[in-house]
Amino acid sequence: MINWVALKTIVRKECVRIFRIWPQTLLPPAITMSLYFVIFGHVIGSRIGLVDGYNYIQFIAPGLVMMTVILNAYANVSASFFSAKFTHSVQELMVAPVSEWTILLGYTLGGVIRGLMVGAVVMVVASLFTHVPIQHFFSMLVILLISAWLFSLAGFFNALFANTFDDISIIPNFVLTPLTYLGGVFYSIQALPPAWQIVAHFNPILYLMNGFRYGMLGVADVSPWVGLSISIGASVFFAMLCYGLLKRGKGLRT
Amino acid sequence: MSQALTIENLVKVYQSGKMALKGINLSIAEGDFFALLGPNGAGKSTFIGIVSSLVTKTSGSVRVFGHSIDDDILKAKQLIGIVPQEFNFNIFMKTLDIVVTQAGYYGVPYRQAKEQAEACLQQLGLWEKRNDVVRSLSGGMKRRLMIARALVHQPKLLILDEPTAGVDIELRRSLWVYLEKLNQQGLTVLLTTHYLEEVEILCKNVAIIDNGEILVEKSVHSLLGDLTGETLILDVDSILLEAPKLEHFACRLISPDSLEVDLLEHQTVNDLFQALDAAGIRILSLRNKFNRLEELFIRLTGHTVEDIT
Repeated sequence: MINWVALKTIVRKECVRIFRIWPQTLLPPAITMSLYFVIFGHVIGSRIGLVDGYNYIQFIAPGLVMMTVILNAYANVSASFFSAKFTHSVQELMVAPVSEWTILLGYTLGGVIRGLMVGAVVMVVASLFTHVPIQHFFSMLVILLISAWLFSLAGFFNALFANTFDDISIIPNFVLTPLTYLGGVFYSIQALPPAWQIVAHFNPILYLMNGFRYGMLGVADVSPWVGLSISIGASVFFAMLCYGLLKRGKGLRT
Repeated sequence: MSQALTIENLVKVYQSGKMALKGINLSIAEGDFFALLGPNGAGKSTFIGIVSSLVTKTSGSVRVFGHSIDDDILKAKQLIGIVPQEFNFNIFMKTLDIVVTQAGYYGVPYRQAKEQAEACLQQLGLWEKRNDVVRSLSGGMKRRLMIARALVHQPKLLILDEPTAGVDIELRRSLWVYLEKLNQQGLTVLLTTHYLEEVEILCKNVAIIDNGEILVEKSVHSLLGDLTGETLILDVDSILLEAPKLEHFACRLISPDSLEVDLLEHQTVNDLFQALDAAGIRILSLRNKFNRLEELFIRLTGHTVEDIT
């Protein structure tokens, strides 16, 4: 059961937080992505030539958007919910008549909103450097939304288990970032040796990245439907998992 | 009159194996001002944690105005306002936002939440601080903010876990007046406190809990009636070398100019004064050695005053 007023309250609180700490949430992606576009897009990209029919800066744009969305959605929820646990302010929610689904949806929508905001920032930055084509807008939007929600859920899962601030930085630093870079942000996996192409197919982020690239450029190394199916399946799995843990009071109740 | 809180056979065993509550039964009537007294580690916070859903019970039942926390938890929560022992704010949020957000969690729409938050902050003298971030507030202000936050959704049962701990006397007394007013308006109040004077002044009924068990549950008036005597400290106007030997009174010298005397149930202060007068001792002043409730508490639990403060 969803308590809609409580849901709006959580989402509003999360949005206020995102804007209150904008130098940590909105500014870094703009600066980092500008550097990516200048260095990889212009300086190096001008020597690479066309990839799948697009110049290199256009080819990497979808991957950079998706990478930013994934990392920011994850970081927003893991940091916000863990901070609430750390300061015990999560008790404000625990004592109130707010269902587990409302809490989960509220926090993860906060992650989705931050993901979409920074995604939009990267799109704007990209458009300053090159023409940004959008071939299948609806596909692009759907995969972006589902990916942002999936990684918000993963961030929530991380926060439930975290006991220290180190615990919420391990997964982004040592799992998410490498998988994202290896998921084809800067290259088509066709460029990899055959054995590594097989390994790359075990990386779930590859499918999300290519699903989004299909939406923007109309080209992809793997079927966009596979990406969509994986992100929906994984989202449902994480949502049920987080709900079950919240219901049990994992990390929240003694 | 209906029951605000009904507890039956409440048991809590922590993962460590510690049995914090050993089958507690308790009933608090609507409109009551009820105190739960106990030394540190008695099980008070576990009890309040279970009622407020911060601690999972092992067995037993808890009903809030008839709503079971097992079957009807959201309705039960809606009726409760909690003031925890420790500050549990997001210290980066503004005072007004804390209260408005809490109202939102209870389903109060934003505009109405702002109006109710303003009323609560005005009553607790925090309206001027509405735009200050919580971390800049003093300890007393934070304590009042926790009360405002607990009241903003207009609960029927207010639970306060040592609300006046570490608060200066002036603020403590102003909070007493405020809580008394709320109770007179019909709000049921459940209080845990280390200040026994607080219980004697404010509360109608009391339960004494120790080692996870309720030792006694009755009205404060009736409990004080159980006193079978008290110990008085008397300051005298002369220097004494030894305690006077008074008929019927046990008398001890605690300093050259003060005495400690046990007054039994059937003895009066007049009897004592007459005996002292006959012994040629004049009294300058008189006071109780313990607060009367403290004395009862110590007798019932076997703990010292230091254990509860």
